Amino acid sequence: MNALMEHNASEAGAAGFLHRFEGLRERLPGQGLPWLASLRARAAEAFRAQGFPTRKVEAWRYTDLAPLTQAGFGEPLTPVDGALVLPRSAAPKRLVFVDGRFREDLSDEGSPARSLARHLPEAEGLLGSIARIDDLPLVALNTALFEDGALIDLGEGVDGGVVEILSVTSAGRPVAAHPRHLVRLAAGARLVLIERAWSAEQDPAEGEGRYLHSPVWEFVVGEDAHVTHARLQQEGRAGLHLATTFARVKASGTYDSFLLHAGARLSRSEAHVTLAGPRAAAHLNGAQLLGDGQHGDCTTFLDHAAPDCPSRQTVKTVLAGKSRGVFQGKIHVHQVAQRTDGYQMNQALLLSDQAEIDSKPQLEIYADDVKCSHGATVGELDESQLFYLRARGIPEGVARSMLIEAFLLEAVEGVADEAARAALAEVVAGSWERLA
Amino acid sequence: MLKIEGLRAEVEGKEILKGIDLEVPAGEIHAIMGPNGSGKSTLSYVLAGREGYEITGGAVSFHGQDLLAMEPEERAAAGLFLAFQYPVELPGVGNANFLRTALNAIRRSKGEPELDAMQFLKVARARMKALSMPEDMLKRGVNVGFSGGEKKRNEVLQMALLNPGMAILDETDSGLDIDALKIVADGVNAMRGPAFSSLVITHYQRLLDYIVPDKVHVLMGGRIVQTGGPELAHQLEASGYGSVQAA
Repeated sequence: MNALMEHNASEAGAAGFLHRFEGLRERLPGQGLPWLASLRARAAEAFRAQGFPTRKVEAWRYTDLAPLTQAGFGEPLTPVDGALVLPRSAAPKRLVFVDGRFREDLSDEGSPARSLARHLPEAEGLLGSIARIDDLPLVALNTALFEDGALIDLGEGVDGGVVEILSVTSAGRPVAAHPRHLVRLAAGARLVLIERAWSAEQDPAEGEGRYLHSPVWEFVVGEDAHVTHARLQQEGRAGLHLATTFARVKASGTYDSFLLHAGARLSRSEAHVTLAGPRAAAHLNGAQLLGDGQHGDCTTFLDHAAPDCPSRQTVKTVLAGKSRGVFQGKIHVHQVAQRTDGYQMNQALLLSDQAEIDSKPQLEIYADDVKCSHGATVGELDESQLFYLRARGIPEGVARSMLIEAFLLEAVEGVADEAARAALAEVVAGSWERLA
Repeated sequence: MLKIEGLRAEVEGKEILKGIDLEVPAGEIHAIMGPNGSGKSTLSYVLAGREGYEITGGAVSFHGQDLLAMEPEERAAAGLFLAFQYPVELPGVGNANFLRTALNAIRRSKGEPELDAMQFLKVARARMKALSMPEDMLKRGVNVGFSGGEKKRNEVLQMALLNPGMAILDETDSGLDIDALKIVADGVNAMRGPAFSSLVITHYQRLLDYIVPDKVHVLMGGRIVQTGGPELAHQLEASGYGSVQAA
């Protein structure tokens, strides 16, 4: 596709979403809140001005949104009331959203997580406090169109336990959901959050099951507060998953995240994390399991804006068939951020010669006393390891699976919380078999 | 049990094995000695089925089956075991998981029931104790961070668990101190019996003081150039491989 067509297609797609916004704006939640109405209007305007990102934008060089901009997506407000088969919960408390709408009947009472739409007045000053709309059109679109999401607001020293946020897309119709999730931890609070994006139709027929799930998360992490964010992207194979996460971590706090891309035709998870106080820490680990026809993009922006902050990032990608993986990791070390300790590693395992991985680490360092290392490897399964296993009687297919699983689980081992680690390991164990 | 006839093999167009004839009957232990570059490791890899070796002539039968036509895992299932000269590290693959998967694959192929985790641990612990292996070696990644001696002991542990009919030991003595050497030799000797054969490949005679072979073959230049009893190993130790070449 040439550049002009790409631009036009993108405009056409953006116009469709703006048209929907005009049609829906009177019905979106929070009508009585002037601050929100004006935020939505500004966001819609910001989206109108930018349109969907094209590959001419540096941050989108490797990921083409044509499948999104060329497709039409339907009315998201029609509720789904029918019974749904849901995956087993990985946490004692779970909040369930279907096509972006809160389903109280499927959710657990007394969870520290609540429906944002039902508690919107409490979100004033939090919603949009760290998410950027002026240079991130998908975030602008989410801000204009969001209907609901999770609101978790933990007071000082509160331990929120383990909570799962499940976003299900009913599939069978091309819906677009833009949920907005807000998480705030006051000083000393703790939370383990398992986020699962799932489709009721995991393996739709050819040409069916197309939908868009484009969540935005905002994490405000207080002093000495610790949050684990385990993300299981298990969308249906025709789904589009475009997620953006913002986290701002105060002194001695931790944002510990692990991203798993297993489903979707096209997925991109973009994280913007700011270490805003001394000794704040971030883990941005992840794994991508991409089979034939899948595109997975893990993009991170890490801002070291205070001294003595450690950051760790290990991202592993396994690619089979005709698939494409992207890793972009930018670390920005501000002048004030002395004694930064940054580590970034990304590794790809190519199981097919039709698979492609694009890897772009970027370090921008303005402080002089800094320890920052990064590395990248791309390889195939090791022949000598494979032979060793087979020489012990292990069939080739099983041997390949064992080595792929080992490659991926190395990244999962870094997740400190046991419940989150177990949930991730389970999905990894169930996913590599289809790639091997 | 194992019969090699006129075996020739190339690596990247270079002929390494130039017509090997060798027969190991059931219940016997044969040693293959030879200088570096004589083709010892190539022979062991060809027998185990590693890729990258082109067989250009000859035949190998194992229990009457055409060994060279089998996949590596089929050879293992048929009872062939190779103790690697350089055991491979498998980061992220737990040693216990590896050993149990291998054992159950072999058991499945024999039509025996698989062992669950508890049954396996019981068997593995007993074997490890006999080999003076610390139990935490089960929890670690396969051969990851193992010393040279620990890797070799791990090979012998695998052999003891998989209980093969034919074990090829490729320089299992290299890098072992005398205590570890005795432990490894005890592990092999414990398996001796009418249904167990072994091909012990070594550079030095030392290992053969502990694993006394029925026959010793000298491999040089890709051929077996001399065959004798255990005394041949001592002769070689005294006079070196040069004397064989002269003969």
